[in-house]
Amino acid sequence: MQRTSPRACLARKVSAALLFAALPIAAVAQTAAPAAAPVNLGIVSFLTGPAAGPFGIPGRNSAEIMIEMLNAGKVPAPYATVGLAGAKITPKYVDEAGSTANQVTEFRNLVQRDGMNAIVGYISSGNCLAVAPVAEELKALTVFWDCGTPRIFEERPLKYVFRATPHATMDNVAAARYVLKKFPDLASFSGINQNYAWGQDSWRDFVAAMKALAPKATVDKELLPKLFAGEFGAEISALLTTNSKVVHSSFWNGDLESFIVQSSARGLPARSTMVYTAGETAMFRLGAKIPDGTIIGARGPHGVMAPDTPLNKWFRQVYEDRFATAPTYPAYHMAQSILGLKSAWEKAAAAKGGQQPAIDDVIKAFEGLEFEGPSARIRMAIGNGHQGIADIAYGSFRFNKAENKAEIVDIVRYPAECVNPPANMTSTAWLEAGMPGAKCN
Amino acid sequence: MITVIAIVTDGLVYAAWLFVVAIGLTLIFGVMKILNVAHGAFYAFGAYAAATAIGLYFDRGWPVAGGYLAIATAAVAIGLVMGYILERVFLRRVYGRDEVVVVLITYALFLILEDVLILIWGTDGRSAYQPYTEAGSFTVGGLPLSVYDIGLVGFAGLLAIASALTIKRTTFGRLLTAVIYDRETAAAFGVNVTRVYTVTFLIGAVLGALGGALTAPKISVTPGIGVEVIVLAFAVVAIGGMGSMEGALVGALIVGLFRAGAVHLIPQLELFSIYAVMALVLVFRPQGLFSRVQPRKI
Repeated sequence: MQRTSPRACLARKVSAALLFAALPIAAVAQTAAPAAAPVNLGIVSFLTGPAAGPFGIPGRNSAEIMIEMLNAGKVPAPYATVGLAGAKITPKYVDEAGSTANQVTEFRNLVQRDGMNAIVGYISSGNCLAVAPVAEELKALTVFWDCGTPRIFEERPLKYVFRATPHATMDNVAAARYVLKKFPDLASFSGINQNYAWGQDSWRDFVAAMKALAPKATVDKELLPKLFAGEFGAEISALLTTNSKVVHSSFWNGDLESFIVQSSARGLPARSTMVYTAGETAMFRLGAKIPDGTIIGARGPHGVMAPDTPLNKWFRQVYEDRFATAPTYPAYHMAQSILGLKSAWEKAAAAKGGQQPAIDDVIKAFEGLEFEGPSARIRMAIGNGHQGIADIAYGSFRFNKAENKAEIVDIVRYPAECVNPPANMTSTAWLEAGMPGAKCN
Repeated sequence: MITVIAIVTDGLVYAAWLFVVAIGLTLIFGVMKILNVAHGAFYAFGAYAAATAIGLYFDRGWPVAGGYLAIATAAVAIGLVMGYILERVFLRRVYGRDEVVVVLITYALFLILEDVLILIWGTDGRSAYQPYTEAGSFTVGGLPLSVYDIGLVGFAGLLAIASALTIKRTTFGRLLTAVIYDRETAAAFGVNVTRVYTVTFLIGAVLGALGGALTAPKISVTPGIGVEVIVLAFAVVAIGGMGSMEGALVGALIVGLFRAGAVHLIPQLELFSIYAVMALVLVFRPQGLFSRVQPRKI
């Protein structure tokens, strides 16, 4: 056995001491390396008003949790990197309540006064239509996260605006396909939709899709009450006086819940099957008050209709742990919009060798991008690569009395190419032409 | 035939709701000459208070009938508290000031109260559907009608009768009439105008809160519900004549029936119909149907 001399032993101890002393210095040197400047992200959602509870707050909560987890690098693959290409996200939350003019002013404030690098915003289609030209004027990268009107990218090409969530045409084409699967010999149908961009576009697309798929089916009643009307007694009577087997509605917010309760109390669902394209947002809040058999959409394969992927399982878990409720589709829309922005940001950063990208680089990377959302793969395939398409699912509501739980059964998933127009056609032209090129198998 | 039944019943139900909301507004204007924008806040607070009371009541599994009493109690309580605070703390300081100043103050109060409401109840919507759904429905001529809605029509009718009797047959009603006609002369004859104002404002606040409370079981109670209501209530009061209770009743009936007719016959004109009828009435009777033209005092 070899013995170590006292001198060598001392030398080793001194070396070890120096090494330990040097470690904190190295650590300090490492932390002192220039960190990427934070990315300021404006998040606009209804925080007050009738749309806050079912839409705005789930969206805002989803943004809170996604940003926090991204900054901590805790989102599962392929999003495990910190923030946006290493730059932490600093959010600023803004209330979408108020007039459209007010939203345009707030948007200008976010860009010009608060120096936001990007904005993820807007539930109301009216607000999206108003903000889009201002985003172009200010050259502000803007991701619309929930508004559904197809007109955003169909009326004019936009450079700075993106929408990672599919538009309303998909919701209504899929609704028409599902209705006709349930009622192949449907003779007539009616609709009740809110009297503004979202409601009008949704109804127009549903009627056009029905015309293409079931030309003999006629429209009985076409009702367009004002947004946030709350009281629908006369409209329910009007629907009760028809022979429609199906009533289509793109209602959302408090109007959706009020209409469900008022129409159920007067027996409308016993005469007509209701189709709610945004119905999933109400299913946990109303539970057994929604009649069994009601056709429910979630503007995508979201919520209980989402596939069991690792990303979705993680998202549901963190959301439920934090907010003690399941995420509904607005939460999914917000999550996939932020993940779309992250994907584009990091693609642009990778092209620059890992440096933080300029906004124009992010825009270039975002165009035509494909990325994974918690519930579906999103392809920025239409609207010159600015508008996302994805699969969608529809199902029928059932309240499970044994487990006291709201469920969706008879779920049918439609591929993106089956329910979205191709890149070279507007949704109206595609529907009027009988949906050429739709691939449903 | 079923369409006629639907138009009449829907018109009456909508008119009943409008009347309950508008009568408090017109009463306050008639007596105090205050165009009270904060009336929308009374409505919203009434709705929230009722939704909370209904939730607490039905969570305990108590009998359904008592739920209606809970609605009324919540509305009266919140109306009295809010009315008293607003009248004593804010409005009493500005009696006799320019009407525009008073309108601005009530508008400011309305905006502040909208935020107070969010501070108390949060941004999430509240559901309190049990009194509406438990009331059930019945069928007339093949058209299912909600018992709760028809009950609302009955309540509005009773309210109209009670208001008319109070004005014409009671001492307080005569005092009110005196103040409505001329505040200064009434004061000169020994009427305690300040007390009449306080009582009037409290009654108006309770009626506004009652309007919200009676609506709560039908709707998702969310922040902002007072905004829509105040616009409609102003339309009704403008048609009937500012300050006239008969006018509020007739205005509510006109708006209710026109709107129901539009929904059933020309649904595209639903929104337009309410304001078109208001414009039409005001072209021929700028002071409204039941208000007299009054000389301006200099």
